[in-house]
Amino acid sequence: MATTEFAVHGAEHGAVRGPVVNDFSIQVATVNGSGSQSANTVLLRAIFQMGVPVSGKNMFPSNIAGLPTWYTIRASKKGYIARKKEIDFLVAMNPETAREDTISLASGAAVLYDEPLKLNELRSDVTFYAVPYDKICAAVCSESKLRKLVKNMIYVGVMAQLLKLDMAEVEKALRKQFAKKVKAADLNWNAAKAGYDYAASSLTKADPFTVERMNKTTGMIIIDGNAAAALGCMFAGVTVVTWYPITPSSSLVETLIDYMKEYRFGADGKATFAIVQAEDELAAIGMVLGAGWAGARSMTATAGPGISLMAEFAGLGYYVEIPGVIWDIQRVGPSTGLPTRTAQGDIEFVAKLSHGDTRHPMLLPCSVAECFSMASEAFDLTEQLQTPVFVMSDLDLGMNNWMSEPFQYPEKPQNRGKVLTAEELERAGGFARYKDVDGDGVGYRTLPGTDHPQAAWFARGSGHNENSGYSERPDDYANNMDRLAHKFENARTLVPKPEVVRNDGNEVGIIAYGTSHHAVVETLDQLQSEYGVKADYLRLRAYPFTSETHDFVAAHKRIYMIDQNRDAQMLQLLKLDIAIEEIGKLRSVRHYNGLPIDARSITDDIITQEGK
Amino acid sequence: MATTAAPQPKTNRIGLTVLDYRGGKTTLCAGCGHNAISERIIDAFYEMGVAPERVIKVSGIGCSSKSPAYFMGRSHSFNSVHGRMPSVTTGAVLANSKIVALGVSGDGDSASIGIGQFVHLMRRNLPMIYIIEDNGVYGLTKGQFSATADLGSKLKTGVINDLPPIDTCALAIMLGATFVGRSFSGDKRQLQHMLKAALAHRGTVMLDVISPCTTFNDHEGSTKSYKFVKDHEEPLHDLNFVPHFNEIDVEYDPGTSINVTMHDGSSLRLRKLEEDYDPTNKTEAVKRVMESHDAEEVLTGVLYLNTTAPNFIDMINMTDQPLATLPESVTRPSRAVLDECMEALR
Repeated sequence: MATTEFAVHGAEHGAVRGPVVNDFSIQVATVNGSGSQSANTVLLRAIFQMGVPVSGKNMFPSNIAGLPTWYTIRASKKGYIARKKEIDFLVAMNPETAREDTISLASGAAVLYDEPLKLNELRSDVTFYAVPYDKICAAVCSESKLRKLVKNMIYVGVMAQLLKLDMAEVEKALRKQFAKKVKAADLNWNAAKAGYDYAASSLTKADPFTVERMNKTTGMIIIDGNAAAALGCMFAGVTVVTWYPITPSSSLVETLIDYMKEYRFGADGKATFAIVQAEDELAAIGMVLGAGWAGARSMTATAGPGISLMAEFAGLGYYVEIPGVIWDIQRVGPSTGLPTRTAQGDIEFVAKLSHGDTRHPMLLPCSVAECFSMASEAFDLTEQLQTPVFVMSDLDLGMNNWMSEPFQYPEKPQNRGKVLTAEELERAGGFARYKDVDGDGVGYRTLPGTDHPQAAWFARGSGHNENSGYSERPDDYANNMDRLAHKFENARTLVPKPEVVRNDGNEVGIIAYGTSHHAVVETLDQLQSEYGVKADYLRLRAYPFTSETHDFVAAHKRIYMIDQNRDAQMLQLLKLDIAIEEIGKLRSVRHYNGLPIDARSITDDIITQEGK
Repeated sequence: MATTAAPQPKTNRIGLTVLDYRGGKTTLCAGCGHNAISERIIDAFYEMGVAPERVIKVSGIGCSSKSPAYFMGRSHSFNSVHGRMPSVTTGAVLANSKIVALGVSGDGDSASIGIGQFVHLMRRNLPMIYIIEDNGVYGLTKGQFSATADLGSKLKTGVINDLPPIDTCALAIMLGATFVGRSFSGDKRQLQHMLKAALAHRGTVMLDVISPCTTFNDHEGSTKSYKFVKDHEEPLHDLNFVPHFNEIDVEYDPGTSINVTMHDGSSLRLRKLEEDYDPTNKTEAVKRVMESHDAEEVLTGVLYLNTTAPNFIDMINMTDQPLATLPESVTRPSRAVLDECMEALR
């Protein structure tokens, strides 16, 4: 199976090309469990340290060891960090996929391969470099059991020489990767050097791809979205975290555990938080709501199958009006689906998660910086609105490394929402839990343990009146549901506003959200430079939709909604939200093969629909 | 003119009357065992002088789970979803470990749909009192068997249960609960003493209280009927509980009792009917429960007690102040911490 569809686009991909500097993609094809991740990270970081914008994407199987894995590194002087559809440089380390990976390359690409595979016999329109890994390995590593791991670092050395990477940067990246493991660092460094020396003495550069120093990454960081979210939650002041392991969300909580252990112990030497691995997602969300009811900033992280299990509790949270943050690191469904591949497949389900009439706010981070900042926004919003808030990340964002400006310290104080203390209650002379005192649909609540005889209210998933008393009265039910609808309307003014990236009065408008953003930015350039099509672009940052989105739809003749799912889920939600006469404007671009979305696919689809 | 002072209502040690522990009017069937249990809860919390504002009542779904509305109206309450009381209670206790958590569940809520959460709550030894109001039948959906219905018991419709029952006490003992008892809703004295002792314990208290369903399961042929239990009940021991703030000296015969010191310094005295019963012996406890099944008896009393095992809050090493109300200065690390984290990622 190849992860790239063979296609030739644009003038760039002819057989003959001049030098191509800082604009290429490398695909490393390995077997999972072989330790290639360290080598790939070193290669990525070395390019990053040379000031060249870079992104890395891991396409891995749902398996511990022995199945094919691909890691793609893209260097882009223009700063494009979406997946590039075409592969320019293949590092073929996996005998099982080497032939197919090579055959699916575009003409003009380059291949680095293990000599015995004889890939050079397959075609004559790509550049081949043979490397005798076993021979080089044996020379630098006396322990045979370590050779499999060290082998990967050899290709890093070879690639460094071929791409003209600064070996000092490779060493710096390598020593950072192995941090305190000096022995492992030395061994790997020797392997990298051996690869470099082999390439220098035995290979003749025949491909056009090279790296030159730039200054576009100064001061930037590299982090994956799950770690960024973990940091964000820690700085948002989360206190109760409950979870059940599921790919691709597990690393969010595991990283959070590491950070909290480091930075969230109080002066008494005790934890200012509780993190509990629950027995399943039902219990995880139940604990989140129990903690939210009792006043904690509580959260869980999960993925599609976990979201399915949480549906009943999500309805309870909505109806009883309890805060809680749920991170959905979306993967490919339905059912088990492709657990290690990316999608935006839970949008429509989560928006209405539960039986009965239900609506949930969703935040839509597109970057690691937003994974960080939206954590605080999610906790403020959930306590302000007294309803569960979902943060819809995805595997591409959560598990891949992204470069970013350093994160901004949250300046706004925590918004803990309408919580009455015993003193406030005494002054007010009582309260009605579900009474809309302020006209925003949000009532006042008290926390269990509040020391006042009138503090108690009865949280119940059954029908209730303003005083939280049991009620089956038709008017009580309808009034309550109307107030909840009003509260959700009010949420439009509180959720993060969309980013209007470009609004120049063009006929065509693009709307996207989440990780599609990085591909759309590139698509805008492709549309203009290759087809002369100018398009405007709005990036959604939350659901419910805000007035900016309605205005954007109204201002354009044709709207392309970019969805990473089969059923155009965000488009379906937008349809329900706009005037009937506007619906005909909506067109859909969908991407749903499990791979991160790329600009070329979006551009092609839009151009086809535009009839160009 | 001579005047007589109006009699002062009796108050407990925190100055509250028993009326301060009452709740709404019950909507359960007349004579329902659950109502008797609610009364015992009121009495126990009143007598122990637990401030109702410090208590949370959490339940799942079913007749039993409706009952928290009928006692202690000054306590926060959460009637959640079917079989999920344990997780909601766990979250609440994590958020505020100072509150006294009382979970009320039923046999369907715990032994069928909620068995997963039941099992894992027991493993964690979360400090809470977990009551199963056990009638062996689904009352709210009009009389289907539950998983605690005894083999061979018969529904009103004539249907006979041909599956073996789950013994929630045996399970709880094996899984890690540290205070496991079985009682009967009609045994006022035993249940009340058991609840008072439960309030002194800091770990999971699991009480299975047989509570006959007057509407669907209190007839001849039902093994959870009032008559059946009265005829087949075998108390392990007389219970007496001496709160640490209560100086009443209860007389007892040293030769036939053991004292267990509870977490708060009070003392639980088990008056044994049998000389050789030791509630701290896990193996023996399970054995006795199993034997009672063979003898077709309902063994009541505190079956198992462990006052030394750490509870879940101890294990987490949580700070003493409730997490829910920790100030931002404690829960949001400084700017310098963020700078340090960013530097490590460059």
